Amino acid sequence: MRILLRYIAYDILRSRMIIAYTLFLLLMSATMFSIESNPGKGLLNLLNIILIVVPLVSIIFSTIHYYNSYEFIELLLAQPIPRQRLALGQFLGVGTALALAYLIGVGIPVLLTGFSAAALSLVLTGVMLSFIFVALALLAAVRTRDKARGIGVALLLWFYFALLYNGIVLFLLFAFSDYPLEKAVIAFVSFNPIDLGRILVMLHTDASALMGFTGAVMQQFFGSGWGVLYAVMIMLLWFGLPLWGSVRSFSRKDF
Amino acid sequence: MIQTHDLRKKFGKLCALNGISVDLQQGKGVSLIGPNGSGKTTFIKCLLGMVLPDAGQICFEGQSIAQSWDYRKHIGYMPQIGRYPDNMRVRQVFDLMIDLRKDCHCGALDEELIEEFGLKGSFDKPMRTLSGGTRQKVSACLAFLFNPAVLILDEPTAGLDPIAAEALKAKVLREQQKGKLVLMTSHILNDLEELTTDVMYLVEGNLLFFQSVETILEQTQERRFAKAIAKIMTNQGQNQHIPSLQKVVL
Amino acid sequence: MRTPLFILSIFLITNLGAKTIQVAPGASIRQAIDRATAGDTVLVRAGTYYQYGIKINKALTLLGQDKPILDASGQGEIITISADKVVVKGFRFQRTGRTSITDWAAVKVLSAKYVQVLNNHISQSYFGIYFSNADHCTARNNTIEGKPSEEQNTGNAIHAWKCNHLSFSDNTVKGHRDGIYLEFVTESHMQRNFCQNNIRYGLHFMFSHNNTYSYNRFRENGAGVAVMYTRNVVMQHNHFEQNWGSAAYGLLLKDISDSKIEHNTFDNNTTGIYMEGSSRIHLAYNTLQNNGWALRLQANCSDNVFEKNNFLANTFDVATNGGTVLNSFTGNYWDQYSGYDLNRDGVGDVPYHPVSLYAMIVERIPAGLMFLHSFVVRLIDESEKVFPTLTPSELKDNQPRLKPLRP
Repeated sequence: MRILLRYIAYDILRSRMIIAYTLFLLLMSATMFSIESNPGKGLLNLLNIILIVVPLVSIIFSTIHYYNSYEFIELLLAQPIPRQRLALGQFLGVGTALALAYLIGVGIPVLLTGFSAAALSLVLTGVMLSFIFVALALLAAVRTRDKARGIGVALLLWFYFALLYNGIVLFLLFAFSDYPLEKAVIAFVSFNPIDLGRILVMLHTDASALMGFTGAVMQQFFGSGWGVLYAVMIMLLWFGLPLWGSVRSFSRKDF
Repeated sequence: MIQTHDLRKKFGKLCALNGISVDLQQGKGVSLIGPNGSGKTTFIKCLLGMVLPDAGQICFEGQSIAQSWDYRKHIGYMPQIGRYPDNMRVRQVFDLMIDLRKDCHCGALDEELIEEFGLKGSFDKPMRTLSGGTRQKVSACLAFLFNPAVLILDEPTAGLDPIAAEALKAKVLREQQKGKLVLMTSHILNDLEELTTDVMYLVEGNLLFFQSVETILEQTQERRFAKAIAKIMTNQGQNQHIPSLQKVVL
Repeated sequence: MRTPLFILSIFLITNLGAKTIQVAPGASIRQAIDRATAGDTVLVRAGTYYQYGIKINKALTLLGQDKPILDASGQGEIITISADKVVVKGFRFQRTGRTSITDWAAVKVLSAKYVQVLNNHISQSYFGIYFSNADHCTARNNTIEGKPSEEQNTGNAIHAWKCNHLSFSDNTVKGHRDGIYLEFVTESHMQRNFCQNNIRYGLHFMFSHNNTYSYNRFRENGAGVAVMYTRNVVMQHNHFEQNWGSAAYGLLLKDISDSKIEHNTFDNNTTGIYMEGSSRIHLAYNTLQNNGWALRLQANCSDNVFEKNNFLANTFDVATNGGTVLNSFTGNYWDQYSGYDLNRDGVGDVPYHPVSLYAMIVERIPAGLMFLHSFVVRLIDESEKVFPTLTPSELKDNQPRLKPLRP
């Protein structure tokens, strides 16, 4: 597993796409902090972009990578290693490479600009989102034989988490606006790792006061140490469950 | 060395393997032939554990391979299409394989083919810059590298230049004479002739026959292997309406 | 000719009879006051006096030399003034008693006029300076500091009830319930005060008409500044900043009318200005920046005019809870304005709609705040700009400026 991780991550880190991704993130971080004099505001602007780009790149890149390595995976399957180890190696290799790209592109500039709880949570959120969407990509790709369809599924998944889900929740909030929804909102947030990440970062910035203004329950909940712990646990579930599912599917799949 | 018993596999409605029972013995050169979609690749993948059969059994040296991966240390596999991570160098592909198998392989590495192909000169090139033929050479070298008791070669000579193809065939023959089992598929019948001791003929998932080359030549009254096979194929074409093809008289 | 002479003669007479009584540490200030007559000065020497319940019922000047300390040891009120024209100057008051029955203060003025409380430092007191039914009084240059604890256990730093013609200036008040609290106070001026870290409001007034507040600074108070049920208020050149809590306001206006709010700065407040039931207020030349909501305007506000203000880097510029618009916006600068100015007169050619769709959504369903800074919000806001459907179309600035006004 570690061997595979090392070789796969090394291969990906030298690919043009990952270098472009790193440079893009670097550019974004640099611009956000240079046009915005207030680092807190810059952080929020950067958060906006990261929440779109990181899941998109992670899920699409790892899906394409999976299909492109299909023959190589077959060759690896013929080697004396168990399938679970191969699947985990594949996941960790891609995930580590993407997380590293993120750490270089966003982590370094953000932490150089100013070390704060918000900056740290932004870095952690990005890393977790990278791994989560690699796991989701792997789950979708392992279960879909056709490459074009697999990429389609990946795009749909991203679209769902980045946009559609929020649209649905917004609609539900409208429809049930006569009911107290504060607690339901915590549940809604938990069902989308992107929302969870956004709120985790936001609660460490000035914007948390805005949330508390009316959503006092959420402020109290996610503002406490237990809330942060809860959010991190749910995030871990969000990458643990798809990973477990994909390893399981991978082990039972015919190549 | 490898026995299969009533091996069955369906992909949806398509019956890829319909009760295959064979006994592949060491020292043999078994050619797996049949039209496209006859189940050759599925059979190989079953042996390698890439495809999990619906029913039936595969035994490697008497041990069932179900749920097991350890037996693969005795197998060298050369896939039909070799694709490798773009940015890995040739050296790294070899290093990766050696690292992966270092726990179950302790003997000396067989680098004979690497020398013969002159692959050392390309060791620092990234995989994406290699031609299809060179990638095939890499695949072939990897299959032989760990001196395995069984070699499974899927279309081994496809894409290789004639010199390399000859080198590979010579290598296969040498290994075979050392008492190894070689299982291979190919479309070009001539290619396999000198390596083949036995023929497995698959049609639509059914094992039409599994016989030694001598028997086939004798039964078809042909001297040339390719012609004999062609004759069988023609006969088989004429007999297509017969439901059970298991006992075609040759 | 007669009148000035008359006044002069009175001044001479009173001044001629005045004497100075000195009090040293260990002696009783109360006894010194008893010995004094109206017009005298009681000079308290430097040192610490553990005394409380000092009542001043004649027109004295109680003067501290080198800031003597008057410590009530948590027992009761320190000074109670019930005579006109008393001056209390230059003391350190500390540790008044606390009780829920009586509003004990460091200095309390009860039904007296022309009292001046100057240059004092008050700490750990329940109430700081307390005016009740006292007109024409002054509190200047005092520093009042409390340790913020629970709201019930802390009184107001400066408290005034039923007074007129007060003047509070250059005071620093921190860590109390309300920094300055006024109820039924009229014709008064509050200038250059600094209110910080008070648990409830930096400035809080109710039913207090015709007052002027200028050059004050309200910073980091629990809920900002609240003014209620009042007319004819003038608020100018004040700073409302860092009132950044889950229910904090820079300035909360409730039932305020016929007032002027001009040249103020609202910086970093959860809500810059919140207006409810308010009308005929002229808001101009204010700068609202870095607030969550720059302005929350409830639909029951009418005839307010917002002109020539700067709106900079706020999460929401304007939020409202209704569709009807009875207020006017004109000539403001909005940093989120993206229109053009073809004739180059400095005024945008297309109106600016300061209420975003998301602001409307949040107003209706507060739980919608969970989408703050999310992609979907940006998307619906942008699409609403192109095809306005839900935001009140009449709430707009027809003459948005292209450059911010100089404050």
